[in-house]
Amino acid sequence: MCDQTFLVNVFGSCDKCFKQRALRPVFKKSQQLSYCSPCAEIMATDGLHENETLASLKSEAESLKGKLEEERAKLHDVELHQVAERVEALGQFVMKTRRTLKGHGNKVLCMDWCKDKRRIVSSSQDGKVIVWDSFTTNKEHAVTMPCTWVMACAYAPSGCAIACGGLDNKCSVYPLTFDKNENMAAKKKSVAMHTNYLSACSFTNSDMQILTASGDGTCALWDVESGQLLQSFHGHGADVLCLDLAPSETGNTFVSGGCDKKAMVWDMRSGQCVQAFETHESDINSVRYYPSGDAFASGSDDATCRLYDLRADREVAIYSKESIIFGASSVDFSLSGRLLFAGYNDYTINVWDVLKGSRVSILFGHENRVSTLRVSPDGTAFCSGSWDHTLRTKNYLFVSLQVWA
Amino acid sequence: MSSGASVSALQRLVEQLKLEAGVERIKVRPAPASGLGVSQAAAELQQYCMQNACKDALLVGVPAGSNPFREHRSCALL
Repeated sequence: MCDQTFLVNVFGSCDKCFKQRALRPVFKKSQQLSYCSPCAEIMATDGLHENETLASLKSEAESLKGKLEEERAKLHDVELHQVAERVEALGQFVMKTRRTLKGHGNKVLCMDWCKDKRRIVSSSQDGKVIVWDSFTTNKEHAVTMPCTWVMACAYAPSGCAIACGGLDNKCSVYPLTFDKNENMAAKKKSVAMHTNYLSACSFTNSDMQILTASGDGTCALWDVESGQLLQSFHGHGADVLCLDLAPSETGNTFVSGGCDKKAMVWDMRSGQCVQAFETHESDINSVRYYPSGDAFASGSDDATCRLYDLRADREVAIYSKESIIFGASSVDFSLSGRLLFAGYNDYTINVWDVLKGSRVSILFGHENRVSTLRVSPDGTAFCSGSWDHTLRTKNYLFVSLQVWA
Repeated sequence: MSSGASVSALQRLVEQLKLEAGVERIKVRPAPASGLGVSQAAAELQQYCMQNACKDALLVGVPAGSNPFREHRSCALL
């Protein structure tokens, strides 16, 4: 994570003691002031209460973490794959590329399905955002963003708009229009403003609100119409790379994952983090809720995917193999939650049996790292995007006890 | 990083951990920390899988023809 405070060499009058000295920018209650070094140091210890020192706060944090681990360990009586021992093993899977969507000139960074199970929006490094019809592979809309590295894109639930953003630090909403005379870029609406790149965005249950995650370490909920910030979520210690909203039946929560190796579950109304999980050993690139909403999976640069159960409040499964050494960039569940599809930086997609913890299939089909992967809303197919400039929609042919001659 | 920032960051962390530690002990709350043992949580995950397995096209496959992504194959009747 890069340090976001800068030392600027300014010489002038200190805002506290008014002496002429070399000044440093200092933030007091989100207001920026310029203090000289001695005043800055005094201010640093200002916030401490009596009997508190940096060291005592650190040790209190450590002991609380230890207590949490103890509490969690008490509930850990068995592993998920042990519970699932009696479940029938899955047969051989054959999933083939059914469609190849060609058209991006550069790395595909993100994609999302429309609720109509047919349209897809994708965004790429060269700033292009394209809406495809996945049945026919036709491009329906295309817009060029004013920035490169469009890392996030999302389809509105109504299917009438898309949201995207990236290095411009913003999330913009484009209404989709079939009128050939209308320029899509003209109707663009800037909704979210962050102080660093936009890494992920998602509409909530309606077209009216958007949830964003950013390299500035925060997530935020915005009103699309007014652009107003409705709630912000602070707690990650580094860039937030991904987020996923809980399936609607389970209420107003979402999970986010970041470069601080933490996955955090948030209450959207209060802005509070209600649960946090820190078992990954590197950046968490992707998080996705289990279809029932009671668990979520994460994919990380530590080459593992993990499953966290929210009610047991702990990691319950880890999907890894010694032979897999490249990071997982993107994960998604099949409709029933039995399969976990994960795209990796070694150009493959691994399909995991969620319950048993074993890999059921490897899919080779990309010529560069898989950057994004989503299962379609009705679970009939999944789409993977890659740095090799294409999107491939894969479907599946089940082979069980059949003898091919 | 100025030490002022790390003091407030630590204070926030301690507050957050206190909140989470408190959540742990209240086993009556429905979610998120109802204090389910892993065996029960895992059993419920498994049950959800089993109940929905038949609807999962990627898991069990769908009859040819009803799958919008499958190529249409024509059969010649002789």
